[in-house]
Amino acid sequence: MIIAGCDFGTLAAKVVLMRDGAIVSSEVSRIRAVPEQVAKDLLDRALSKAGLSSGDVDFSISTGWGRKRVPFANMDISELPCLAKGAQWLIPSVRTVIDVGGQNSRTLSINEAGKVVDYNSNDKCAAGTGRFLELVAEALELRLEDLASLAFQSKNPAKISSQCCVFAESEVITLVNEGQELVDIVAGAHDSIVRRLASIAGMIGIAEDVVMTGGCAKNERLVEGMENHLKVEMKPLAVDPQLVGAIGAALFAEGKLVEG
Amino acid sequence: MIVAGCDVGSLSAEAVIMRNGSIISSEIIRVRPRPEQSATEVMDKALSEAGLTYQDIEHCVSTGYGRERIPFANGNISEISCHGKGAQWLIPSVRTVIDVGGQDCKVIRIDESGKLVNFVMNDKCAAGTGRFLELMAKVLRVGIEDLGPQALGSEKPVPITNMCSIFAESEVLHHIYEGKDQTDIAAGINHAMAERVQSLVNRVGIKKDICITGGVAKNIGVVRDLEEMLAVSAEKLSVDPQIVGAIGASLFAKEALSNQNR
Repeated sequence: MIIAGCDFGTLAAKVVLMRDGAIVSSEVSRIRAVPEQVAKDLLDRALSKAGLSSGDVDFSISTGWGRKRVPFANMDISELPCLAKGAQWLIPSVRTVIDVGGQNSRTLSINEAGKVVDYNSNDKCAAGTGRFLELVAEALELRLEDLASLAFQSKNPAKISSQCCVFAESEVITLVNEGQELVDIVAGAHDSIVRRLASIAGMIGIAEDVVMTGGCAKNERLVEGMENHLKVEMKPLAVDPQLVGAIGAALFAEGKLVEG
Repeated sequence: MIVAGCDVGSLSAEAVIMRNGSIISSEIIRVRPRPEQSATEVMDKALSEAGLTYQDIEHCVSTGYGRERIPFANGNISEISCHGKGAQWLIPSVRTVIDVGGQDCKVIRIDESGKLVNFVMNDKCAAGTGRFLELMAKVLRVGIEDLGPQALGSEKPVPITNMCSIFAESEVLHHIYEGKDQTDIAAGINHAMAERVQSLVNRVGIKKDICITGGVAKNIGVVRDLEEMLAVSAEKLSVDPQIVGAIGASLFAKEALSNQNR
């Protein structure tokens, strides 16, 4: 039994293929075309990696911002239940999921059964999302994946006061012009996003265990910043944190098949 | 009597030189890394255009975000006051000035004498500022100066629903992926921009006559949409709308000089 989950986000799309309750293949791609095409290419890549063809997939569920546009999906489910399902499958003791994606940040409270009981999200403003870090990386001509290690080198993080990403980008450039250390500016950018994330998370209670998901959870400095700010320890994930939503979708697909 | 005004904003810097109450020279540049550099560069240009040197300036007032760091200024005054002053000097009947700059948007209400009565300002979010248009123009791969003219041919503007400039950026990208008409996207961008400005205007209320200043006033699409939404027509300025703050500053310089000489 082969099942597929596709999480079509605002900036990145992810596909996970599962067989008998285990992940057999996964793919992540930046979205640079119409959703239908991106989703199809992504599935083809994941299938070929696993030595499968599209006919082998028994059931697929899509989730995420572009979930209605995934041509191969048999049905779609909104992203919150998928995130909760995926996180709870990976770490059964999890009660809080802090998901920081490309253009979304949300905190979910989930119960023992993996159901969402409360959540809060940013939906109007890009502050505290992956885009913020991307903009900072662009402004400083750095690679996104190098930001965390640079930030760890700072002893005296710079203050970035603008909440708006666009203004923060200009603020970062001003700090460079004023001769501030690059590592301090990068660390300051991390602290700024941590403050914003913590305020989103703070609107609902943080119950342990806590896990961070989404592309930003790959940034260790951000995870550590959140741990210090919220005074909790984040449970490490055994898979790419960006895949959690797609895993949840695949698990729902599995459930559908089992139900018949 | 030669006086000067220098407006160093977040994205552009302007200098105006006046002799005996009329403008003899003005310049606009994109800001340099530091306000001191921007101010000196734009004033150098304005002086050379007028065939003058710094010694010829009897008094200079600076304004704008970098106003406290201008080496050659004799004093500085907030941009709200300078925009009010400049607009009222250009069009005495003006009571509402809508200034849309690079990183802020202000709505300024003034009385018959050009004195500030009330104002609102957005400088916390890039929505409704010039930066929004810049970002959108970049996504569309057109020059910011082309956004206005390009939109005029559109019959059905594409709605841009996100307030956040960053979210609007990906919204526009998706419209491009979908193959939507560039003219319609441009019109949608201008419309969204006008809506943001309108919501700020509504917070202070409008009193006629009105004028629109700042770089965004050069975008005919935004101006037209805003006029339609507010059901007024904006008074036409005889100068570049971007130099109104610097004009106001030079008028304050003139007043300061007259007071000194009294």
